[in-house]
Amino acid sequence: MKRSDFIKTGVAATALSTSGLSLLSSFSKPDQQKRITILHSNDVHSHIDPFPADHSKYPNLGGAARRMNYINKVKAQNPNTLIFDAGDAFQGTPYFNFYGGELEYKVMSKLGYHASTIGNHEFDNGIDNIAAQLEHADFDLISSNYDLKNTSLDGLVKKHQIYDVGQFKVGVFGVGIELEGLVSKDLYKEAKYLDPIEIAKDEVKYLKEEQKCDLVICLSHIGYKYNSDKIDDIKLAKATKDIDLIIGGHTHTFLEEPQVFKNSAGKDVMVNQVGWAGLQLGQIEFYFDDANNVQAVESSIAHI
Amino acid sequence: MRILIFLLGISLFSCQSPDLKKVKTTGKQVEINKQIESDQEIEDFVKPYRDKIADELNTVYSYTPNSMYKNDSPYNSAIANMMADAVIELGSPVYEKRTNNQIDAVLLNFGGIRSGIDKGDITMRTAYNIMPFENEIVVAELSAKEMKELADYLVKSKGKHPISGLKIQLNADGKLASYEVQGDKINDDETYHVATSDYLVTGGDHMNFFKKAKNVTVLDYKLRSLLVDYFKSKDTIDISSDDRFTQKNKHEKK
Repeated sequence: MKRSDFIKTGVAATALSTSGLSLLSSFSKPDQQKRITILHSNDVHSHIDPFPADHSKYPNLGGAARRMNYINKVKAQNPNTLIFDAGDAFQGTPYFNFYGGELEYKVMSKLGYHASTIGNHEFDNGIDNIAAQLEHADFDLISSNYDLKNTSLDGLVKKHQIYDVGQFKVGVFGVGIELEGLVSKDLYKEAKYLDPIEIAKDEVKYLKEEQKCDLVICLSHIGYKYNSDKIDDIKLAKATKDIDLIIGGHTHTFLEEPQVFKNSAGKDVMVNQVGWAGLQLGQIEFYFDDANNVQAVESSIAHI
Repeated sequence: MRILIFLLGISLFSCQSPDLKKVKTTGKQVEINKQIESDQEIEDFVKPYRDKIADELNTVYSYTPNSMYKNDSPYNSAIANMMADAVIELGSPVYEKRTNNQIDAVLLNFGGIRSGIDKGDITMRTAYNIMPFENEIVVAELSAKEMKELADYLVKSKGKHPISGLKIQLNADGKLASYEVQGDKINDDETYHVATSDYLVTGGDHMNFFKKAKNVTVLDYKLRSLLVDYFKSKDTIDISSDDRFTQKNKHEKK
């Protein structure tokens, strides 16, 4: 297993290790260190089975049954685990052609996914098919920037969802790609694309400021990076604030490790994407500690 | 001393309020490989779905004595020719029923040929491999001007896109030397009926001339279904590259 751990060390931890104030750590009870684990996939494209052993690029990699096993292991270590997908669960193997997405959504439900967003290939059998297949989904489909009022998905797709994880509130919203020119109009019908950045700002305001979520996560199917004005995850990360994690998709980007960018308020936002076909899972750990301890450490640096 | 007092004050406060704050974030990618055991419940759940597909996909429809890959030859390949010819052969009767017109030409895209065909049996799986997507066949009505733009596009992309009903020759410098539709030169007053996919007709792969079509008819016929029907209708498929798109050699120039 490839392990390229990225560790972003917060101010608190740095201060503790460098200032030698061991006295401080005794004020923080060990059980106050809490952790939320996020597991995520994107662009699985109906790859329920592993690639064949003789496949030229990905021999014997991937597979939903293995993904299930890994998810279970992580959940056993940390019950505070959420599982997300960033869209394009549909299309790519005969499973989709034969069953129209039923098996993909049933398997994701069994794997314990909490939410996914709408990728462009979800429309491949028409928007009404997404509505039909949602019957098989025990997870939320979240999209904030598609106006679905005059479509069969009206009322079936959430603009955002807040998940209670232990004592934490995790707010999730979703953004999808411009459909015009990418998907036939007769497939997406009256679904309307709205500007992801403006929508993201509204969603974050609601989730962070009004609902006081401890974490805000964006499920994105707009793509990781374009060398043009086209909106991508990096531009979204930089143009907004208070997003902790953008789980990306669409461009099938294999990142060596999750990337960190500065948002409009100068704070860190993590962006990750794990290629496609269920070859990898992204695993992000958020550690929490007593807010007052953190402030105490920060203050004490100033005093020393 | 000042520090100690400050810390004491904080600690009293923190005991009252267990307000937690994000202090650290870590992340990694986990490869899903054979070191991870398969979950039996998922295996058992998927198996009947998988078995049903395997039964159908392995049904033999036809046979090819030669392997066909899209990069086999310059300008036009056997597999591209087969696809485009199949669209005329099976699509034209459907189009004629709807509009009383026949399909004059076919243009698909090279990128849309998703797999080659190995020599031997042709099955439903072959059709899925070549065309895993759900694209439908549409017919666009193009003017002579747009037909010329179509030719320019093909010249620029140096062929390889599946075409049928067209005959194109480049001179030794790669410029258009001759261009025919159904054996005739382009007639400025004629309307041409060109079959393509619902993806390309909206300007996919920069085929912008399709966006100017004065009429587009959707055949409600998926390209993959058409390929399956084509395979079913032939005992043997023996197609090769031909002269529909060629370039004159340097020595022919003289």
